[in-house]
Amino acid sequence: MAAITTVELILLTVVSAATPLLLAATGELVVEKSGILNLGVEGMMLVGAVSAFIAMLTTGSWALGIVAGAAAGVIMSMLFGVLTLFFLANQVASGLALTLFGIGISSLLGIPFIGLPIDKLPSLDVPVLGDIPIFGPLIFEQDFLIYFSVLMVVVVHFFLFRTRAGLVLRAVGESHDAAHSIGYSVIRIRFFAVMFGGAMAGLGGAFLSLSYTPMWVEQMTAGRGWIALALVVFATWKPGRVLIGAYLFGAVTIFQLHLQGFGVQIPGQVLSMLPYLVTILVLVLISRNASRVKLSAPACLGQIFHSNT
Amino acid sequence: MSSPLLELQGVTKAFPGVLANDSVNISIPEGQIHALLGENGAGKSTLVKIIYGYYAADEGDMYWMGNSISVTSPAHARQIGIGMVFQHFSLFDALSVRDNIELAISSKEGGDGLSQKIHEVSNTYGLGLDPERDVFSLSVGERQRVEIVRCLLQSPKLLIMDEPTSVLTPQEADNLFKVLNQLADEGCAILYISHKLEEIKELCHHATILRQGKVVAECDPTKESTRSLAEMMIGRSLDPPAYELKKTGETKFFVQNLSRTAEDERSISLKNISFDVREGEIFGIAGVAGNGQTELMEMLAGEVLADDNAAISINGVECGKRSIRERRELGAAIVPEERLGHGAVGSMSLIENVFLSGHQRFNLARKLWMNYSNARTFAQKTCDDFDVRHAGIHVDAGSLSGGNLQKFLIGREILQEPLVMLASQPTWGVDAGSQLAIHKALLDLAANGTAVLVISQDLDELLELCNRIAVMFAGSLSEPYPVSSLTAEKIGLLMGGAHPEAA
Repeated sequence: MAAITTVELILLTVVSAATPLLLAATGELVVEKSGILNLGVEGMMLVGAVSAFIAMLTTGSWALGIVAGAAAGVIMSMLFGVLTLFFLANQVASGLALTLFGIGISSLLGIPFIGLPIDKLPSLDVPVLGDIPIFGPLIFEQDFLIYFSVLMVVVVHFFLFRTRAGLVLRAVGESHDAAHSIGYSVIRIRFFAVMFGGAMAGLGGAFLSLSYTPMWVEQMTAGRGWIALALVVFATWKPGRVLIGAYLFGAVTIFQLHLQGFGVQIPGQVLSMLPYLVTILVLVLISRNASRVKLSAPACLGQIFHSNT
Repeated sequence: MSSPLLELQGVTKAFPGVLANDSVNISIPEGQIHALLGENGAGKSTLVKIIYGYYAADEGDMYWMGNSISVTSPAHARQIGIGMVFQHFSLFDALSVRDNIELAISSKEGGDGLSQKIHEVSNTYGLGLDPERDVFSLSVGERQRVEIVRCLLQSPKLLIMDEPTSVLTPQEADNLFKVLNQLADEGCAILYISHKLEEIKELCHHATILRQGKVVAECDPTKESTRSLAEMMIGRSLDPPAYELKKTGETKFFVQNLSRTAEDERSISLKNISFDVREGEIFGIAGVAGNGQTELMEMLAGEVLADDNAAISINGVECGKRSIRERRELGAAIVPEERLGHGAVGSMSLIENVFLSGHQRFNLARKLWMNYSNARTFAQKTCDDFDVRHAGIHVDAGSLSGGNLQKFLIGREILQEPLVMLASQPTWGVDAGSQLAIHKALLDLAANGTAVLVISQDLDELLELCNRIAVMFAGSLSEPYPVSSLTAEKIGLLMGGAHPEAA
């Protein structure tokens, strides 16, 4: 492999910092488009992270680790789905509870595994292309989850805006009563969307514990679930903008780390705020047409659906 | 004789506390336009929802083209050839016309040819539609066309229409009748629900009349008078109020050059609206929904403040920038368009709802404490005086039927003896009996010297109540016309945006 330059290293870390956000936010976008607000992303990511780590450490299989992360996220999200869709519980409260539950259970499950080292998720190198300077390693020498996260943005965009099933999902989020009255199963569609969101959040967590910092630390998501939630809103529910937002956030995160490293005379706390401020500012600016935002926001977001039948 | 297209026998459906349908029999042959009449709560909506597979009947049989059938879901109903146009449209605002239609039809009929098919169907029936437009940008009439085209694409044998004309101009309604007659000639049966007896007489071949869930009569509406139809519906004779127009006094409510810029694509800008309402007068504002009436009412009531304090005056006091509460103190009473959410809090009892709008004038608060017994007295008085049928004044406002809640809201405001009454859509979706009661209450109020403003889409209502009528179109208000110089046709043209001279 060619010697990695500083620039390449920085760019690579940007990609790594962006990926967990991208995975979780893409999932949450689909959930919200179906009209459900799941604030439990942080909790699902943590449980995904710890499950992936445990599965990887005990079986030694990367694939099983990734699958375990996604499956754990799905199970968590089903808990939320049953509460909100079948027992009509308040979505905000249930989502917050899911996060608190996720923090607790992941810490409990992770106790025996704190600090144990594993190898980083291996990168899938594309021969030849990977040797192109700077962009080669950036684009062609990444691990599976990074490729997958970008692919999912394309898939989700295509699904939502080009397929009939995606149209139905958006319709359910737009007006659940109308969708119900023309014969769609609102509850079933939303339940699947919630499960997809859970899988993606679980994968976001799995990326953290398998690749970003290959170990288990309590509460290692450090608020990324909340950032993912904010990204969806500021990206006005558009997959492409979630990608921009996630990478911007990743870039500024890495940038401020380096600034701190160079000993710039700005308090570290201020620099740590930068990624949040810049991401929100930029996304607000690119989506400042208020009426377009109103249109892309799912009209039934967060409302309980009661079918009356 | 061949069997009818649809036959119901002994259909019964109970909800907690109500028997919505009580062994209903109905028979509809092919090509018949069949009216379903009844007051609010008579069970019409429940019945069509059973036919459309939305509810399951508790008892009874349904026969479709002679065969016993049980419709399990709306999708199943559409599959066998039953289409329905809803009273509250089942459309998705943020999606295009094409997407809206695609959602309601089976996947094999969709695909690339769909836009083409939409064009074909809309041309055949003279229902112009652009498949690429977003639904939120369409007028109410156009939205209804989307619903109708959506049904027609599936070549239904039975089309159910739930109060389709309540939102249309007379011209749009005439167009709709042409389409329905054309469909009936082609053999499609139509089950038609409406409160408007005139149009039932004009359009329908046969009528079934429901009262308290039971079929009480069947008739040929063309052979009945509107009055006899109404009496069959409410089960007693109607005595419409006879009033002479009183002389009107000085101006109590004055609006001058009131303007408002639309916040987004969905709302309407108001352009220099001016009018005055005098003591003892009922002033009507007509217009098709979505021409700025909602925006105007928000500003008149004070939910949105004007830029210019002088734009609105109540009893000679400028109050364009004053709050709702200050306007009430000046003597205004307000009955907003949306009963629940604006007019009343659905999850609070009638007593609490009386307190909310009336605590100043009814003297219901003692320092910081609610005077509960006074509030109870006033709630009871409102219900008694205005014939609000309720299960007790402790029940939630949201549990009242539309007509009863509206009587309650209007009664609550009238008992406060206002100088100015602002009422928006006072009888929207209200049955004939309640409508009559509300009209009488408003006429009495004006006779006692209150300046009354009524914003309504119902022309017959305005022509019956008002001294003067102005028409709203695209955010502008026409000159006021004395009601004696107006006909439904002339208002209809103004509602469609025709220039006053042309009208």
